[in-house]
Amino acid sequence: MAEISQGGGGDKGGKVRSKKQSTRIDMTPMVDLAFLLLTFFVLTTSLNKPQTMEIRIPDKDDPKNQQKPIEINEERAITLLLSGENKLYWYPKINPETLQETDYGVDGIRKILEENEAKINAKFGGKEQSMFVFIKPMDDSNYKNMVDILDEMKVVDIKKYALMEPTGQDKNIINQYASSMGATTPTE
Amino acid sequence: MAKVKPHRSAPSIDMTPMVDLAFLLVTFFMLTAKFRPDEPVQIVTPASHSQFKLPESGVLVLTIANDGRVFYDMDGKDARYRVITAMAEKYNVQLSEQEKTVFVLSPSVAVPMSQMKSFLAQGVKAQKGIKQPGIPSDTANNELKDWIIQSRIANPTLRVAIKGDNEAKYPKVNSVMKTLQDLNVTIFNLITNAEADAEKPVAKEN
Repeated sequence: MAEISQGGGGDKGGKVRSKKQSTRIDMTPMVDLAFLLLTFFVLTTSLNKPQTMEIRIPDKDDPKNQQKPIEINEERAITLLLSGENKLYWYPKINPETLQETDYGVDGIRKILEENEAKINAKFGGKEQSMFVFIKPMDDSNYKNMVDILDEMKVVDIKKYALMEPTGQDKNIINQYASSMGATTPTE
Repeated sequence: MAKVKPHRSAPSIDMTPMVDLAFLLVTFFMLTAKFRPDEPVQIVTPASHSQFKLPESGVLVLTIANDGRVFYDMDGKDARYRVITAMAEKYNVQLSEQEKTVFVLSPSVAVPMSQMKSFLAQGVKAQKGIKQPGIPSDTANNELKDWIIQSRIANPTLRVAIKGDNEAKYPKVNSVMKTLQDLNVTIFNLITNAEADAEKPVAKEN
């Protein structure tokens, strides 16, 4: 214990002692890397899964659907016309003469749907007698428009809606509306 | 009096168990991660508030590009093999085993059956540079219908999803949906991405 190493006289019979070094390695960089990779994989796997929207379309072969179409009080109906260039038109009831233009924003279509739903619920008592939305995408509308409207149905929590073909009258009324606004008529 | 000297040691912790755990998790996530294959076409999906996630497997994805081309993609190697075998038989296309393997390994495919052989003969790598014409899905020549039928035979629990581009025209989307309706696929999914705004439908007051 009381050994004193003599400095300077290494070749005079003193033993050369190898310094004992710890065998520990600094693992910090490795841990950093491991956690970096971990974070990367955790984030990418959870973000990778796309969201989906489930939709059901009527079954053509179902005998229930082959009976006469469901009758709806026209007071409860509202029609949305999805047109080209992200334009959106709507009219209450089944009266295309009252066509109005709106947009896909929160202050546009969502407000209209909420207002009309409240009005119809107040009149008919809601539940089975709630608002029925006819969604009519025109030929020049795009997929985004359709998804936006279907999403809006979910957000406003409208249970009854249907995708349908616009009638000739709908097309005419939009053309009239567009030309009355001084815009070019949408090409068919 | 000798002072008691505090035992000096570096305040290091044994990190080994932590590292073990970290690497275990890394390995787990690496193995479970599915890397998205190179899609032949860029799709920008619309946003929605839907919270429903697409299932991991057993999904048939019909991609509708912004120019209206329809792409077919299904997971499951065995099912894909059976589909291409059945389709080749139905359309009288002679495909070698190697060409079928190319189909199994390919990402989304959008080639009419008449061009399928020459398309597959080029191998998986070459597909990236080819502009695929799209699967015919109009009323006159609806190959898409057969693709869906064969896919459902190969995998009866199949879930159908439509992945449309924002700019895809509605009539094309409608024709695909009509095709599904004709085949009694009345429940399907539309692939969207999460809406950027924080408002959730649940949080809305009624």
